Amino acid sequence: MLATYDVEALRQDFPFLQTGVAYLDSANTSQRPRQVLEAMERYFTGFNANIHRSAYRASEQATEAYEGARDKVRAFLNAASRKEIIYTRGTTEGINLVAYSWGRQNIRAGDLIVLTIMEHHSNIVPWQILAREKGARLAYVDVDEQGLLRQDQFETLLQQGPRLVCFTQVSNTLGTINPYREMTASAKAAGATVLIDGAQGAPHLGIDVQETGCDFYAFSGHKICGPTGIGILYGRRELLEAMPPFMGGGDMIRAVRLYDTDYAPLPEKFEAGTQAIAEAIGLGAAIDYVQGVGLDAIHAHEQALAEYALEALSEVSGLRVFGPPASGRAGVISMWMDGIHPHDLSTILDRHDVNIRAGHNCTMPLMERLGVPATARASFYLYTTRKEIDRLVAGLEDAKRIFG
Amino acid sequence: MADDQFYRDYILDHFRHPRNYGRLENPDIAHEEYNPLCGDLVGMDFRIQDGTIEDVRFHGRGCAISQASASLMTERLKGMPLEEARKITKEDVLAELGIEISAARLKCALLPLKVVKVGAYGLTDVDEEEFGS
Repeated sequence: MLATYDVEALRQDFPFLQTGVAYLDSANTSQRPRQVLEAMERYFTGFNANIHRSAYRASEQATEAYEGARDKVRAFLNAASRKEIIYTRGTTEGINLVAYSWGRQNIRAGDLIVLTIMEHHSNIVPWQILAREKGARLAYVDVDEQGLLRQDQFETLLQQGPRLVCFTQVSNTLGTINPYREMTASAKAAGATVLIDGAQGAPHLGIDVQETGCDFYAFSGHKICGPTGIGILYGRRELLEAMPPFMGGGDMIRAVRLYDTDYAPLPEKFEAGTQAIAEAIGLGAAIDYVQGVGLDAIHAHEQALAEYALEALSEVSGLRVFGPPASGRAGVISMWMDGIHPHDLSTILDRHDVNIRAGHNCTMPLMERLGVPATARASFYLYTTRKEIDRLVAGLEDAKRIFG
Repeated sequence: MADDQFYRDYILDHFRHPRNYGRLENPDIAHEEYNPLCGDLVGMDFRIQDGTIEDVRFHGRGCAISQASASLMTERLKGMPLEEARKITKEDVLAELGIEISAARLKCALLPLKVVKVGAYGLTDVDEEEFGS
């Protein structure tokens, strides 16, 4: 498969990459190919109208494109029904939807919610809010020295019968690919409801939600070559049917009277207000694009890059690299350079036209666990090249020279 | 890049060899500011005599910009009447650093100013925007 993987040809699809910048911040937000921009532009210029509401052709065409994108997402996740695919603004909103709707209905005082120390803040804070409101307890699975989740701890926590288990498919800081199928199976066997944060997983691995057996799966459009402002929450139909609405308003109703309302059926029950129509269409085009390249091919490409990068970075003295070996990691590498703060590294790399993330990556508890205030993080996607990694290494060496 | 226009020699010199680094015993004023987003920390101890900053020391950790800015600030403050120190502005700090600070790094550069304003003058209702937030 790698023999036919033509990264240079793929790069031609991405306008921003033509600037010559080595963009190594795709775990933050990915670049978007022309195909996505064009799909959105076709909507804006050809049939720009609101959906679901009007009996004229542009509106019908818009509705068709918007709902067509939902079908693409359903197929992408292999969900059983399109009713299980809820549009959100992103992963954060998807998790909050579950916390506010399912959580308020189902979490009670004393219940245990199991999280992991590598979670993004968006998979921690909503549960803290819920736990405080309900008097529930939170417990965290730690990582080992390699940056892998302590499965022994996870099993111990499962024996306490948690009501809910939430974990990320792929760590946005360590790059660790968690054994999400096994973890879901164990948690389900222990009677827990399972939510997987797919923000970093969906763009690089994808998921089969039926085979995995998770109850909820959330991801963002903008990390999978799509636009910002759109994301997906997958929820098992039975759960979504029983859940109260998250937000009230237009589009999520069947009939409104002065003192009560009949809600719309799924998925509209959870889609109040005018939706991000162009963005949903863009997400559909992004999923077409990513599937056209092939998730297996993307994963293989990124794993080869990770291996190459880890090898090259191991030659840089004074550099500490976090996370597991290439075989267990996605294209994410967090680093700490002795004597140079990640912000300074990022500024110097920017002067080499190399873009990386510097900061806590929205994982402050994990930073604390790793014993660093922040990291410098390079992350890859389907369009990343070895040459860009060479530029990263050269920039790091220059930073050492400047600070030497 | 042989001559980096951002990390100029005097910035790196202040980072590597910070002036007035350390703590004062029984300071008249001591205050720390911390930026949890990147872990930058700057603290200052002041000895005040007859309305003048007789001595000042800083301590901290973090990026070169925050620490060099703190070092430069202590040089400026030593021997300065409090009234005058009160008037130091964001523009003064940036001019002294003498480099183009991007919006993302403004907070680093202005952290020491925040220490002076909040700590030395007991300002409680600080306009965060003033310090690059």
